Amino acid sequence: MADNLHFELVSPERLLRSGDVHMVVVPGTEGDFGVLAGHAPFMSTIRPGAIEVYESASSPATRIFIDGGFAEVNDSGLTILAENAVPVAEIKADEVSKKLADAREDVRLAKTDAERAVAEKQVARYEAMQAAAAN
Amino acid sequence: MATLKSLKLRIASVKSTQKITKAMKMVAAAKLRRAQEAAEAGRPYASRIEAVVASLGARVTPGPQTSKMLTGSGKEETYLLVVCTSDRGLAGAFNANIVKAARLRAQELIAAGKTVKFYLVGKKGGAVIRRLFPGTIIASTEFAGVKQIGFENAAPIADDITARYEAGEFDVAYLYYAKFQSALVQEPTEQQILPVPVTAGGGEVAAGVSAAVEYEPDEEGILADLLPRNLSVQLFRALLENAASEQGSRMTAMDNATRNAGDMINRLSIQYNRQRQAAITTELVEIISGAEAL
Repeated sequence: MADNLHFELVSPERLLRSGDVHMVVVPGTEGDFGVLAGHAPFMSTIRPGAIEVYESASSPATRIFIDGGFAEVNDSGLTILAENAVPVAEIKADEVSKKLADAREDVRLAKTDAERAVAEKQVARYEAMQAAAAN
Repeated sequence: MATLKSLKLRIASVKSTQKITKAMKMVAAAKLRRAQEAAEAGRPYASRIEAVVASLGARVTPGPQTSKMLTGSGKEETYLLVVCTSDRGLAGAFNANIVKAARLRAQELIAAGKTVKFYLVGKKGGAVIRRLFPGTIIASTEFAGVKQIGFENAAPIADDITARYEAGEFDVAYLYYAKFQSALVQEPTEQQILPVPVTAGGGEVAAGVSAAVEYEPDEEGILADLLPRNLSVQLFRALLENAASEQGSRMTAMDNATRNAGDMINRLSIQYNRQRQAAITTELVEIISGAEAL
């Protein structure tokens, strides 16, 4: 259908999702953006966060957490390249908060700048995951 | 002349070898199917990211801010050869072919006065390279105990290579692996991974199709994010292709070995039966001539 947006979610391991949807809201690095059918060609990097997939105009959103990635909108639709994708419903809040605490501990204990940078990235990741799970 | 007993033992031993090779062949066939599926499932991501990088790379005008991973370090003195092999042997010429491709390139580069370094992924390439080019291996990784190669296995290697590249340890990097074509054919492949090759053809296509693309942040911001990602994806794809090729190659090798063992058993059995018959005939002749003498 012309009114529907062709949406593909791809991870390095496999094609996670491919189909026609109404709208997808993507957490871009410089702000969230919604993509409907007929969107102008667009490319953006993604910060860790939840993408919201609206199957139709009236249905509630399916939320999928992605660990950063890259979005491309062209004539054939929206393609999201993500390294890691988990449906928000499957995120376990207590596990995430435990990992977040671990990551914060790592930041505190980091000896070199490189180690600290890695740990801070982890903290940001789990914080985003927690925020996604809380909503 | 082998005795009857030793022949019998020999036949038994070849038979047990045949059983092992047959089992290995079947295991490889089962694993091949899974590895092949994984390799095919990984292709969409790799080809898409490749296309995006090619089109972006062609649009960006190289400047001082442009990522070095695209423009190169300005020199071509030190070459890094990333050689992906398997951790296990008994896969026919699989590892030998990959190492050979890397070796030929290394000898060519050394003859041209360049410095060559090796980065080994997998255990089996190590011995030959260590002997031929001692002291050139800067790092090696193995996947002992990893059943199914995941992206999390490839990413740290790519990060390490990127860090070494940015530290100026090398100027150009090539990746060696076996591309999976079928269970019978695996093609040793050389791929330039750093700096990222930008083909002129990709630029034309990009200019024609996506003239009005908007970028957020700008092109160079996206590239800076995308290039390290691209490297890990290319490496991941190489590992998946390699895994499938390894199983395919092992399957073929073990099939051959099983057939050879079968031939050997036939030959030995004929020899055994002839000797047994000869012994019986000799015995009979002795008895008959003994009876005649009476």
